[in-house]
Amino acid sequence: MRPDLEIIQQWIQPNSKVLDLGCGDGSLLHYLQTTKNVHGIGLEIDETNIQHCLDRGTNVIEQNLDKGLSNFQSGSFDTVLLAQTLQALSKPDHLIDEMLRIGKNGIVTFPNFGNWKSRLYLASRGRMPVSKFIPHSWYNTPNIHFCTVKDFDALCTERNIKVLARTVVDLEHQGSWYMKAWPNLLGEIAIYHISKDTD
Amino acid sequence: MPDSIPTDSVGLVTPQVYKFEEPLTLRSGKVLPEYELVVETYGKLNSEKTNALLICHALSGDHHAAGYHSKNDSKPGWWDSCIGPGKAIDTNLFYVVSLNNFGGCAGSTGPASINPETNKYYGPDFPVVTVRDWVSSQLRLMDRMEIPEWAAVVGGSLGGMQVLRWAISYPDKVRHAVCIAAAPKLSAQNIAFNEVARHSITSDPDFHEGRYLEKGTYPKQGLMLARMVGHITYLSDSAMRAKFGKSVSNFEQDTAENFGRDLRSGKLSFGFDVDFQVESYLHYQGERFSENFDANTYLLMTKALDYFDPTVDFEGDLSKAFANSDCKFLLMSFSTDWRFPPERSREIVSDLLKAGREVSYLEIEADQGHDAFLLPIPRYIEALSGYLQRVHQENESDAP
Repeated sequence: MRPDLEIIQQWIQPNSKVLDLGCGDGSLLHYLQTTKNVHGIGLEIDETNIQHCLDRGTNVIEQNLDKGLSNFQSGSFDTVLLAQTLQALSKPDHLIDEMLRIGKNGIVTFPNFGNWKSRLYLASRGRMPVSKFIPHSWYNTPNIHFCTVKDFDALCTERNIKVLARTVVDLEHQGSWYMKAWPNLLGEIAIYHISKDTD
Repeated sequence: MPDSIPTDSVGLVTPQVYKFEEPLTLRSGKVLPEYELVVETYGKLNSEKTNALLICHALSGDHHAAGYHSKNDSKPGWWDSCIGPGKAIDTNLFYVVSLNNFGGCAGSTGPASINPETNKYYGPDFPVVTVRDWVSSQLRLMDRMEIPEWAAVVGGSLGGMQVLRWAISYPDKVRHAVCIAAAPKLSAQNIAFNEVARHSITSDPDFHEGRYLEKGTYPKQGLMLARMVGHITYLSDSAMRAKFGKSVSNFEQDTAENFGRDLRSGKLSFGFDVDFQVESYLHYQGERFSENFDANTYLLMTKALDYFDPTVDFEGDLSKAFANSDCKFLLMSFSTDWRFPPERSREIVSDLLKAGREVSYLEIEADQGHDAFLLPIPRYIEALSGYLQRVHQENESDAP
């Protein structure tokens, strides 16, 4: 399993209902189904991934996240996941609102554009960063809405979203004390556990 | 039949007849005093009786879904591309049950059968049947066959509606509901096409108010016309362009598209006879169908479609209908299907989600329109196959 998924699964309660937005090949949902008796549904648009989901017995619905989630009832899931997909959405803020309408809590992971490598690349070369971390050129990238840890914090504050937990890790998904100290500079992948701030 | 039976065919099959003498009260209130169902099965029921899979047929389908009846058959059953050893509906894994619904004309009791009360053809006196009535009869068949539950109930189009009815009425008898190219209920446009089909039959002078068999005739023209209209709705514009646009004139070369306007004889007749290939194709389809199908059955089948609305008992709310449907669902639709387009399947998916059900849904890119559900479209077949493999694996792991 992808190590960011390893971290995510710790925040998911046994026997809960989970909606995985951009569920990929269904490996996380399958893992949660078998280890935590989770009732999961994944949304995906990639045909190969959808077939993988069917093959492993994970519920999957072919649905484009950019077309909205109006077919999902408010409060119908415990946790709504959005792993490594935020930056590819046309309206990421809107989708986060939708996640917290549908789920009691949400988990979001995204590549942190504020990482020092991106900053250094842009500062020294003056060009959009291309790396193992962000492997596309600006014109053909599916990633159209990059943000940084600080940007996401600001969005949460603006939208009254409560951050229940935040972790940043590197590409090997290892955390460390220095990443905790300077998450926006050193973290490569940000992982947020969020809920609506009802206070 | 081909010279030798392909290894992935179920081979030669013999239908069986089940007679039911206990009266069946229909949704209309009318009672069918007794009836017969003709059934084919493929594969073997396992000792735990957990691998039975029901096939529900669509408007013009019947029990003969796979294999051949005799060595002289030119074609196999209507869903042979999907049913057989190693195929998507794998007869090495499943015990496949396929029946002709009553009201049909392929052997089960229907308008062309003899009414025991009058000793004449039922004809127009055969009661109007609904999807719910068919599923009731399928439940009785299941009991008779001593099948405790279906590993899956599978159907496309009108067959998909029977799948939904199973999931709503008898959720404890179904583990997986596979509903392909269906709709939660017909739209006005769907009903309109059905009415044109019915009207063309009933207005044929040979219809004789449905008593044509007593008169020794049948409404051939009406049935042909009904099928021609129906057939247009099963195909997509793109499928017709591809099917009837093979020849391109010299000056247009291969870069040009001729919009499916292939001519039958290479030139226009300047008369009202058939000029284009598409016309001749529709005539052929209509003619062939009219020779093999009963007009009263066509009327009944289209009415069953029109009347299908599982929300009638649930204040118009389909999600309430699914409240107890504990089975898992797989739905699929096809991009160019304009009879039951993807939106209609998505309506069902939304209501299943609202009801908190477990559902998977695929929207298959296919040019063939509604007909796609009968065709071996690779992604569709792979998905059905993968899903049913899982159903089988569940079976194996649940076994004591």
